[in-house]
Amino acid sequence: MATTRTDSSRTAARAVPRTADRPGRRGPRRSSRRGGLHTLVFLLPMLIIFGVFSWFPIGRAILMSFQQTNLVTDPSFVGLENFQTVLADPLLWTAVKNTLYFALLALLFGYPIPLVAALLMSEVRRMKGLFSALAYLPVVVPPVVAVLLWKVFYDPGPEGVFNTLLGHVGLGPYAWLQDADIAMPALVLEATWAAAGGTIIIYLAALTGVDPSLYEAAEIDGAGIWHKIWHITLPQLRGILLITFILQIIGTAQVFLEPFLFTDGGPANSTVTVLLLIYRYAFTNSLGGDYGAATALSLMLAIVLALFSALYFRLTRSWSNS
Amino acid sequence: MKPSRIIAATAAAAITAAGLAACSESEDDDGITDITVAIDAGLEQGAIDAFNERVAQFEEANPDIDVETQEYTWTATTFTAQLAGGTLPTVFTAPFTDGRGLIERGQIADISALTAELPYAGDFNPNVAAAGSDADGNMWAVPISAYGQGLHYNRTLFEAAGLDPDAPPATWAEIRAAADQIAEATGETGYAMMTNANTGGWILTTMVYALGGRTEVIDGDTATATIDTPEMREAIDMIRQMRWDDDSMGDEFLYDWGTINQDFASGRIGMYVSGGGNYGNLFTQNALDPDDYGLTVLPLEGAESGVLGGGTLAAVSPNADAEQQAAAVEWIDFYYMEKLTVEAAAVADAQALADSGQPVGAPQLPVFDKATYDESLAWVEEYVNVPLDQMTPYTEQIFDQTLLTEPVRATQEVYAVLDPLVQTVLTDEGADVDALLEQAEADAQAAMDAAA
Repeated sequence: MATTRTDSSRTAARAVPRTADRPGRRGPRRSSRRGGLHTLVFLLPMLIIFGVFSWFPIGRAILMSFQQTNLVTDPSFVGLENFQTVLADPLLWTAVKNTLYFALLALLFGYPIPLVAALLMSEVRRMKGLFSALAYLPVVVPPVVAVLLWKVFYDPGPEGVFNTLLGHVGLGPYAWLQDADIAMPALVLEATWAAAGGTIIIYLAALTGVDPSLYEAAEIDGAGIWHKIWHITLPQLRGILLITFILQIIGTAQVFLEPFLFTDGGPANSTVTVLLLIYRYAFTNSLGGDYGAATALSLMLAIVLALFSALYFRLTRSWSNS
Repeated sequence: MKPSRIIAATAAAAITAAGLAACSESEDDDGITDITVAIDAGLEQGAIDAFNERVAQFEEANPDIDVETQEYTWTATTFTAQLAGGTLPTVFTAPFTDGRGLIERGQIADISALTAELPYAGDFNPNVAAAGSDADGNMWAVPISAYGQGLHYNRTLFEAAGLDPDAPPATWAEIRAAADQIAEATGETGYAMMTNANTGGWILTTMVYALGGRTEVIDGDTATATIDTPEMREAIDMIRQMRWDDDSMGDEFLYDWGTINQDFASGRIGMYVSGGGNYGNLFTQNALDPDDYGLTVLPLEGAESGVLGGGTLAAVSPNADAEQQAAAVEWIDFYYMEKLTVEAAAVADAQALADSGQPVGAPQLPVFDKATYDESLAWVEEYVNVPLDQMTPYTEQIFDQTLLTEPVRATQEVYAVLDPLVQTVLTDEGADVDALLEQAEADAQAAMDAAA
């Protein structure tokens, strides 16, 4: 500790004379002349927007996680009671397990599929734009419309779209959303379809940045397509792959839309996710909701994801830089 | 700072302050009080026209009140969000089950001094009035309608299955047999059940009541969950038999109130249990063919059996100021209550509805007494356009049935606890009912304790 203090003192001692040498250039006037005030003025709208719509709600949510409030009458501070309530809820662990299951399935299907699709599309010589548009189309469809569409596909009767198709090859009919064992994979399938287009576009953009001379050199050396992908494409996409991986994890950990609109967490809580549980805490009770528990669980989720992200980037730093 | 800048800054501050002050005022400079009133979401144009006609009549009679309509349908989740966000209309509706809780939490305006002045304030059925009153009997919310659960059935599917639509099932065994016959003959769902958004618990509790059971015992301030009872097991057995032995419950097991109405109105469901006054919603929101519709009472079996009843309260937003509260009570009196108590108002309301092709005369339960209710029906007899003949199995028997109020402690939370139980029974043939009931009872008790 003594060493640290000494080092700080030295730093400060070095810093003071430098500013003291030029007294006329200190203060807001100088800042204004150099554009600092202008910068602040131009920043102000964004600071206000972020402050009002992001930072203030986040701060308010943190505060609410220590309060009991129905947002109508005055709140009261309850310490860590909300966190204890959430941690004692047996449904929390069901929700965590379901969320991890969704994340795992989404990773297995949702992560490689866009990559493979982008690689194939990058090899296409003609109508590349058409394929890109088709791939991106599901992203343009409003999510609620997409879910309603897929609900028709998932009709559990023999006349349902998927059951009819599978019936031609002697499979099914399957209950899809009505079966606790396959409801979650069914949600992942739709979520993958809905989100893959955006990732494909990112990969396609990244692929254009790969130096063609690398492929030409590899071809001269007699490399086939798989060798080119393995030794050139994937290493060149490494940075993007790392980012999309963590974005996928964070996105799937916050899955809400599909379980909310398809199944409302059913059947028998088999698709209750952490975010759906937060929603239930806040809104299922028509007499005001437990906003304290909802914000407490939100805060816990945010902390877990932040820690995971930090750990992930620390562990992969060497790989992404190499 | 230059004087011009000081003037500009002062002016801006003054304008802002004036704007903010204006936002908090409900009464304009011209003495008009503005209120927003709830209109059901998703109505057909005819129903909207009829509502707007009533608004125009109200504004004509009350020139100092300006009414804006706001689409609103009570659901547990959206209501909570609107309540917290302060976006409820000035006058909104809520179910009986939430009345006491909203009052105790101060989440609705205290209009008891205004409701006490209503000419019929002392005429309410005491059980009905209690739903909107505090512990001292002060009426914070006005009961505007009441219902008893009923068995809705599709007459066309009954006929297609060789069943007599004029002699609907009178026992639970007959319901099971009819469901089996409908599924077998038509391929449609014989008997469907809501399971989502707390409705699974609502309907399961209805069945338990009909079999003589209860889901709670109240002793003073103490509430005890009674989920694992013989009547509950009988209800679950019945559901399991229809689902797994007869395969008469179709393929959809995640119904909520809206989706089951849709499928029933489109002819995909033979029978289901819901509020007896549901015809209006089925017709105005789901395009029900009136010829398909049939309604009968629930079979009551067992010594303590009764039909679960409920109703709707009209309440006022906690954000309403004194003028708005007074105007809101005027609207409640005009739109919801006068048609029950004043002949001219009843006729005007029925005429506006009938002229726009909206249903008049769907059965309800009286919020005052049966004589008053019968009298109000007689006033509008010539405008009745719902197929009342197809509802006589209900209307001729409902008043002889014992009407039971919904559970009172943590009602919606206990319903939410029962939802996954119903879903499991319907989707898992090997469901461990003992374990499910044990878990549900513990969870229900925890919800009741938390609400105490």
